[in-house]
Amino acid sequence: MDENDALTPLHSSHVKAMRMATVLGAVPFVVGSLVLEIADILPTGVFIVPVLLAAAFIVIRVPLRRYMARGYAMGDDRLRVVRGLWFRSDTVVPFGRVQHIDVHQGPIERAYGLATLTLHTAGTHNASISLPGLADADARAMRETIRAQIRRDTM
Amino acid sequence: MSQPAAPAETGERRTEPVGLVLRAIGGLRQLIPVVIALALALRNEGSWLLAAIPLALMLFGASVFFTWLQWHRLTYRVGAEDIRVESGVLSRAARSVPYERIQDVSLEQGPLARLFGLVEVRFETGAGGKDELTLAYLKEAEGERLREVVRDRKDGVLVSSGRAGAEADEPGAEVLFAMGPRRLVTFGLFEFSLAVVAVVAGAVQQFDFLLPFDPWDFDEWQHRLAGPGAWLSGLGQTAQIVGGVIAAGSLLVLGFATGLVRTALRDWGFVLERTAKGFRRRRGLLTRTDVVMPAHRVQALAYGTGIVRRRFGWHGLKFVSLAQDAGAASHDVAPFAKWEELEPIARAAGFAAPTEDLDWHRASARYRVDSALMAGAIAGAIALAALIVLSATGGASPLLALIPLGIALPLAAWQWFLWRFERHTLDDSQVYARHGWLAPRTDVASRIKLQSVEIAQGPIARRRGYATLHLGLAGGKLAIAGIPLARAQELRAAILQSITTQDFSRIN
Repeated sequence: MDENDALTPLHSSHVKAMRMATVLGAVPFVVGSLVLEIADILPTGVFIVPVLLAAAFIVIRVPLRRYMARGYAMGDDRLRVVRGLWFRSDTVVPFGRVQHIDVHQGPIERAYGLATLTLHTAGTHNASISLPGLADADARAMRETIRAQIRRDTM
Repeated sequence: MSQPAAPAETGERRTEPVGLVLRAIGGLRQLIPVVIALALALRNEGSWLLAAIPLALMLFGASVFFTWLQWHRLTYRVGAEDIRVESGVLSRAARSVPYERIQDVSLEQGPLARLFGLVEVRFETGAGGKDELTLAYLKEAEGERLREVVRDRKDGVLVSSGRAGAEADEPGAEVLFAMGPRRLVTFGLFEFSLAVVAVVAGAVQQFDFLLPFDPWDFDEWQHRLAGPGAWLSGLGQTAQIVGGVIAAGSLLVLGFATGLVRTALRDWGFVLERTAKGFRRRRGLLTRTDVVMPAHRVQALAYGTGIVRRRFGWHGLKFVSLAQDAGAASHDVAPFAKWEELEPIARAAGFAAPTEDLDWHRASARYRVDSALMAGAIAGAIALAALIVLSATGGASPLLALIPLGIALPLAAWQWFLWRFERHTLDDSQVYARHGWLAPRTDVASRIKLQSVEIAQGPIARRRGYATLHLGLAGGKLAIAGIPLARAQELRAAILQSITTQDFSRIN
């Protein structure tokens, strides 16, 4: 696997899942601004309009861009995980250094049939590398592949 | 290591009963504040001693009884594959630590334990701190025996997985590094520390109610100087200057004395040996520690030095490994040595020392320029804020805003020095990285023992084409900042090539 290898994009539902999570995160702010609106401190719309605009931006635009920035490449003996919009990070974990593997599903992920694959290494930096937004079946298949690889190497 | 592993023991053992005395004394120490509180509470109640003494004795008896109960309920067993410890009075806990997971075994002796010939045995697994398995107290011989057992079992595992960590041809231990009293004194002088001043100040703050006056009240001091201390302020300027010099001098003496005492306590009789199975380090004046680390567990070397000691050619060497050393992340193997003395230690651990003729690379000049500009921008912002505030309030001359700007200049110069001094390189088996300028630190990591490789770029770094390379190291951190992206990718490809050829469980 070299640097020019095409990255595999994450499952397209990942955008929806991220949007859902952002919507849930934005709810308190919208409610808060509604309360301020009702309290009638300043002219109508001073709070709710900017909050709704900002919420619309981070719900519609940001998850899409984050999705575009993410990707992974599964090699014969290593996994490459790329992520980050502003702060880009491009990590490669050789299977031979994986200590254990987690497949995790949060409630939102489960609703969209997604899962997060986490590889744990012995390193202090990057002790665990997570790859969210995989189809559940894919994540499990990847776990099996990596595990088989570890077992073969150690035998 | 050809000797067969000893047959598994089935018997359960308890720790040494004499250790109960030590624990009781430890419990006594905890009781002292309780007893003092009791005495204070009861002192107005007539013949309070009559009540306090039986109460204190009862408390002591209860603490001894619980200690005994704990001791009685704690058993350990040295099995064929693991060490098992069962403990707990009300809720039982059973713990099993497999031999392959034990990073090193250390023996520790406090002053009292030395008197009784007892040791505290600690099995380091990389879990860190309180989670580590400890057995306190065992007889010295039992501690040694346990360590031998663990070592033999571990070697058995190693042989079967096809990698020998150490050359088995040396029967005796070879002393790699030792520090005599002379070296210790030199070392202590460089360990100058004013920590004790801070401690005294802290203690004064804590216990100021015990002093007959308030040490933090300026008026009180003035009053004292006006009264019985008037002769002090009346002595004239020369005497005050002399007094100041004496004060500064005593501060210096105090700093050096602290350094000497601390160093002597920690590193007295420092001996590092290369035994057939690993490295063995013994040190300590009152509390003696005896640590053995297998050579193949060493993940990386860290060479360090200090601003002043560097001028005299003194360096320190640490081993980075998953096990912890007295709370610190890495093992001190030669805290204070000449460069030539470190070379054999590195070689014994299977590492090569960094040399000048390697193909060293610097960080990207753009990275340094950006960092300098960043420092300048921050200082400029502070200066601007100060200017606005000072001219608005008129509290002080607005020219004071020049001070943060003045600080920006050395910060920029710092980046230039860092550009000259920070460097990294790669050879067939190792990664080298030097950080810092005045007190540089050089990390040497084995390529095959790295865990992961990450290229990280912030928004500025992406536009300017440089990146930071983070290397996953077991028990430590290793990063090379601000190198050109192409170089980072080249390094990553090379390192990954080495990692994937060897599985982690083979090298550990």
